[in-house]
Amino acid sequence: METYALQTQGLSMRYHTALALDGLDLALPQGKIIGLLGPNGSGKTTLIKLAAGLLTPTAGTITVCGEKIGTGSKALVSYLPDRTYFSRQQKIRELLDLFQDFYPDFDRVRAEQMLAALGISQEARLKTLSKGNQEKVQLVLVMSRRAKLYLLDEPIGGVDPAARDYILNTIITNYDPTATVVISTHLIADVERVLDEFVFLYQGKVVRRGIADETREETGKSLDELFREVFKCLPNC
Amino acid sequence: MNWKFTGDRPVYQQIMAAIRGAILTGELSPGKKVPSVRDLAAEAQVNPNTMQRALTELEREGLLISGGTSGRTVTQDQDVLQAMRKQALEELARECAEKFRVFGLTPRQAAQLLLELEDQKEET
Repeated sequence: METYALQTQGLSMRYHTALALDGLDLALPQGKIIGLLGPNGSGKTTLIKLAAGLLTPTAGTITVCGEKIGTGSKALVSYLPDRTYFSRQQKIRELLDLFQDFYPDFDRVRAEQMLAALGISQEARLKTLSKGNQEKVQLVLVMSRRAKLYLLDEPIGGVDPAARDYILNTIITNYDPTATVVISTHLIADVERVLDEFVFLYQGKVVRRGIADETREETGKSLDELFREVFKCLPNC
Repeated sequence: MNWKFTGDRPVYQQIMAAIRGAILTGELSPGKKVPSVRDLAAEAQVNPNTMQRALTELEREGLLISGGTSGRTVTQDQDVLQAMRKQALEELARECAEKFRVFGLTPRQAAQLLLELEDQKEET
């Protein structure tokens, strides 16, 4: 039986009255870069937080590389949250120390090389960096782990196009071919070149998924165009 | 290499076209080593799996030769190179013909225009 990087069965998540995920059945293979695409409020962040073990599902199951969510699965997952959890007072060197302490799979040398290439000093404090550089630092830390599943929640939100290119480049040059990278975003045009597969999420359900190149061949459309078409006719988005 | 992608065609096919183009213009000469999948993917800013697929397809066409661990090289087989050149030129001709047809010109009339263009150049 194939082991999936991420597998869910009947996964539901309810916040009081709002149903964020509605009986989601999804199996994401290993060794792929997968786009988790959907309008705001479609459940992207909820799914990622469930996979990272930050939320407990209301119903259904979710596994990472066959492991139930827990200490074991968390060791396999490298998670980039949609907002920072670092203290703005911290120095970059302290962040490196933190990651080294926490994660046995953290490749400090690689992280230091990438920071040096960006010209970011380890003695700088996070708050002295521009927004774009703050995001790059976080991505460098997350991608320097040798994880099996990378969960990147909006890695390119709010940065300029050059920083976007840098971030995408970091993702494609650093991931190891047996690992899976899940990128959640609604900026589809920017990420679609790097995707193997895509999942369109809407109101907590999968409305379409496929292999990026096959879909382009079948429809003659870019994923961006397809996305606009699929979501144009759906209410509330 | 000219890495510009449009959304309406599979990316791997566009990569194949770009590499064929580089061989035609001599940027990648016969027998020359092709950069690694990883380097090419970073340069083109595409998924390494997609780059891998494009190179594998070109290997199957015989245009690239797999050298095992030492990487890929461009073929030195003149037959294969000539066939690719012929195919690329035919494709270009077809595209041109299609564009002239929009203006109601037959390929023959279009060829006439091209000849006139050449004469003008010679005069100046």
